[in-house]
Amino acid sequence: MASSGLELLWVSLPQLARGAGQTLSISFLSIAISTVGGVLYGVLRTLNVTWLNAILRIYLELFRAIPVLVWLYLLFFGLPIFFGLSLPSFWCAVLVLSLWGASEVGEVARGALHSLPRGQREAGLSIGLNAAQLYGYVLLPQALKRMTPPTINVYTRIIKTSSLAVLIGVVDVIKVGQQIIERTYESVLIYGALFLFFFFICYPLSAASRVLERRWTQA
Amino acid sequence: MSALIEFHGFNKFYGEQQVLNGIDLQVQSGEVIVILGPSGCGKSTLLRCLNGLEEAHSGSLKFVGRELLDKATDWREIRQQIGMVFQSYHLFPHMNVLDNLLLGPLKVQKRQRREAQHQAEALLERVGLLDKRDAFPRQLSGGQQQRIAIVRSLCMNPRVMLFDEVTAALDPEMVKEVLQVIQGLAREGMTLLIVTHEMAFARAVADRIVFMDAGRILEQSPPEIFFTNPQTARAQQFLEKFSFVATLPETNPTKELEPL
Repeated sequence: MASSGLELLWVSLPQLARGAGQTLSISFLSIAISTVGGVLYGVLRTLNVTWLNAILRIYLELFRAIPVLVWLYLLFFGLPIFFGLSLPSFWCAVLVLSLWGASEVGEVARGALHSLPRGQREAGLSIGLNAAQLYGYVLLPQALKRMTPPTINVYTRIIKTSSLAVLIGVVDVIKVGQQIIERTYESVLIYGALFLFFFFICYPLSAASRVLERRWTQA
Repeated sequence: MSALIEFHGFNKFYGEQQVLNGIDLQVQSGEVIVILGPSGCGKSTLLRCLNGLEEAHSGSLKFVGRELLDKATDWREIRQQIGMVFQSYHLFPHMNVLDNLLLGPLKVQKRQRREAQHQAEALLERVGLLDKRDAFPRQLSGGQQQRIAIVRSLCMNPRVMLFDEVTAALDPEMVKEVLQVIQGLAREGMTLLIVTHEMAFARAVADRIVFMDAGRILEQSPPEIFFTNPQTARAQQFLEKFSFVATLPETNPTKELEPL
């Protein structure tokens, strides 16, 4: 059993790796876009422009109130019906996870920028910096440090949530696992492998976040 | 010659509350003005309006003859000419001293690094902190940080410096080193507007004392006149509170104090 189990894993490895590739590509694309979008959201929110804040609040609440799965269905099945626009399931997953992730990272960024002493902004302005310079040289470098630990936690949630992409037909690592189980009935073995896969991707991230948090709160 | 800075009927509100009320003040080039008054009288707000950190509501504020209350005012350009030093220093904690000093000259004024650094180092030497050039703000004492903050403003080559209670957050033994720097600037003929609670310093450094209460200027007089013969009852009252400490007996009757 043990040897046949290992043998099965060995044989399935290329297939699992392709699935893992899908999972990781969706996750890392979404993480990259979320980060850029989230920082942009944070900056825009702290500019205190009334109409812009209203729009961003609506965006935030939409992604807070509506489950990611509903967004996936809405875009995957809704876009073709209402706009005649069909997005491949892979890109649909990236789009939804990015928008959701950007709202999460964005709130972290807004909080970090907001937590900086007001004097930093005033000192920057008093030497004549414009808004871009103020954010680029003074506020963001300090805020990015503060937001890194909580942002890494958002990253692990994006990676785990990417598994929902199965439901719009992405053949990710979980789907591949299910296909193997259907063929071999080795559910414990395969799900065990999936457990380890997600654990070894996400755990180092959480650990890194904790280490950074400890190191930076001391300094 | 018209004044460098001219406030005329200048008003500022926070919501319903009027914090500056009909301010009239002219500052000549090279003059050292010390603004005194009880907490919340609007003296800090007055300085902040001059630097565009607070928005004024009505009246007129002219700098070198230009109306600053115009919507078209380019505050970035004005701020390069009107330096401001804050109570809590507000150095940039993620940059070392030299980078703090050079941010404005290099990024805002687009000056040559070599020339700007030369100036920054000369100023650091003048305030006795050249050896702290590569230190980070958190490694410095409050008095050192405040001297660096003054140098940061000076590196922009301003025409005016605003000091907003710059010694209020400092330990007593560090107050002196900061006041000496300000006094040096005064002697050189820099135009200064100083908000402080250091009465002896005000008396020593000011060309003119401006006394404010409840958003109004009540009195403007030379320091000797203000401190010996204040014109308004409110100023007398204010000075009495400070002279209370000075009139305490020199020694405690029951116990001799150690001489300092």
